Amino acid sequence: MWEFIRKQPGQLLYNSYQHASLVIQAVILATVIAVALAVVVIRIPRLAGVANAISAIGLTIPSFALLGLLIPLIGIGWQPALIAVCFYAVLPILRNAVVGLQGVEPSLVESAYGMGMSPARVLARIELPLAWPVILAGIRVSMQMSFGIAAISAYVLGPGLGTYIFSGLSNIGGAGSVASALTGTIGVVIIALIVDGLLVLLARATTSKGIRV
Amino acid sequence: MSDTLSQPESTTTTTSADGVTGVDIELIGVTKKYPGQRRAAVEPLDLHIPSGEIVILIGPSGCGKTTTLKMINRLIEPTGGTIMIGGQDARRRNENELRREIGYVIQGGSLFPHLTVGQNIGVVPGLLGWNKSRTAERVDDLLELVGLDPARYRDRFPRELSGGQQQRVGVARGLAADPPVILMDEPFGAVDPITRQRLQDELLSIQDELRKTIVCVTHDIDEAVKLGDRILLLSEGGHVEQYDTPENILAAPANDFVADFVGAGSSLKQLTLTRVSEIELGSHTTAAIGEPTDAVLTRARAAGDDCVIVLDERRRPRGWPWLRELRNSSTIVDPDDDDLATVDRRATLNDALDSMLTDSHGAVIVTGRRDEYQGVVDFTAVTEHMTAAAAQAAAEVDAADSNPSAEADTDDQPDQAAI
Repeated sequence: MWEFIRKQPGQLLYNSYQHASLVIQAVILATVIAVALAVVVIRIPRLAGVANAISAIGLTIPSFALLGLLIPLIGIGWQPALIAVCFYAVLPILRNAVVGLQGVEPSLVESAYGMGMSPARVLARIELPLAWPVILAGIRVSMQMSFGIAAISAYVLGPGLGTYIFSGLSNIGGAGSVASALTGTIGVVIIALIVDGLLVLLARATTSKGIRV
Repeated sequence: MSDTLSQPESTTTTTSADGVTGVDIELIGVTKKYPGQRRAAVEPLDLHIPSGEIVILIGPSGCGKTTTLKMINRLIEPTGGTIMIGGQDARRRNENELRREIGYVIQGGSLFPHLTVGQNIGVVPGLLGWNKSRTAERVDDLLELVGLDPARYRDRFPRELSGGQQQRVGVARGLAADPPVILMDEPFGAVDPITRQRLQDELLSIQDELRKTIVCVTHDIDEAVKLGDRILLLSEGGHVEQYDTPENILAAPANDFVADFVGAGSSLKQLTLTRVSEIELGSHTTAAIGEPTDAVLTRARAAGDDCVIVLDERRRPRGWPWLRELRNSSTIVDPDDDDLATVDRRATLNDALDSMLTDSHGAVIVTGRRDEYQGVVDFTAVTEHMTAAAAQAAAEVDAADSNPSAEADTDDQPDQAAI
């Protein structure tokens, strides 16, 4: 495996970067979508249950199948990869955002309104900051999961480390095939751990000391 | 120029000659009906809340007291009727602007946990667009006002404060933009009884200074009696059972509902209404430290007292020895009695009575400014006062009943006299 890595360090680094970049961008996009959906959902109590059900069912769709289904619609390359990763990434964040926003003490929201805050301001200054630790926990779950799903997106020729895994598995028994698959797998794990560490730092930096656990 | 004159600039606080910074509130036929419910939560309610007074809304659960309170700042929109605040129709105004001019204090303080104490207090000033230095100055002033050291507490988070401190910050936050009207929803419901009493005393002394219009919901009749200039007692559906001063509600309940609600021991409650300074203090033989004992004994016998109050050079009571205890030395020595019970002249009769019960003299020493001796109160003085107060209240209510049209006038009289 060392030999395999030594042969192409530049390419490996580039693919790692691509992998991380795909996941991080997808998760950022997913966070925006999920939080926006959650804000709508909690205003309409009946939708909250629906949202939870969808996020539970959505996660059971095999990612391999979803990617395959996207090919006739969007073709191959980074676009279907981004869409698939983003789709899965939305689900845990949505669920946590709904729970987090619902968990905000109603009396706090009421006193915010009572002090003359507009609904948008109550959301931005009270509800989201208070729900943020829970949302962030959802983002961490999403991020971890997305690294795995992004690897599978190599099937539609998406960017990243999945290429090593697929090429390794497709000529198993051939020279360096195991090394290739292992490099891809371990690489994904390492980047995922690094990014998770960064998220922990982000959580510390963005959560008010008053509600830090 | 003429534009600004004809359009009064909202209800920003202006201090009138008598120190009142509040404005009056008028509810005219205000109703609230929730869809799908047959009975109205609040039946047509007419209510005049005079400026600079504390009006307590009280009643059993479901009586619409909280609904009524929240209709004033439009957290609940009335179904019908008009609410005038400082002469302006509240429903014609932008609700957010309206609420920034009405302080809102709710149970437990309801501080935003992710904001510091200073940021919490600075919320409304921030909404009003005050600059940073003005807000910071105001935050410090208010923390001082509620008895918290700004340097120590300004940057703390709510969870680092005790319940009582959080509630103090809650009150400070309600006062932040110096609103003429303050609404309080069970403000001291979440703290222990001792802290609650202290907070109530603090609120009263703040109100002495600021004279805001305060509307306060509570379910605690003792709190109502203590804080209220007036009490509005509601029964189910926002039906007014009695709207009167605490004295009159206790001494002359309008009907059985009120009497039941006020409950037994209304005379005891009345004790908390009267300050020691309001009744005539009895005189008592005093002695200065170092005075010859014989002279003091003669004075005491002449006055018929069998004990004397020993005062130090600044006339602060030091002890209350019996005459036989004095005979041991030729001059009066400093008794240095640490357990000597005294009450401030601002204490309630309840406090005074409490001290008397545990003291062998059957009376208590009253002190004034800088603990200076003022006189004594004994059991007889208290009972005489209570009898007189009950008779007076009953007479007032009878007069009002026999002449209903004059009722509104008598209600308003104290304020008009003050203005």
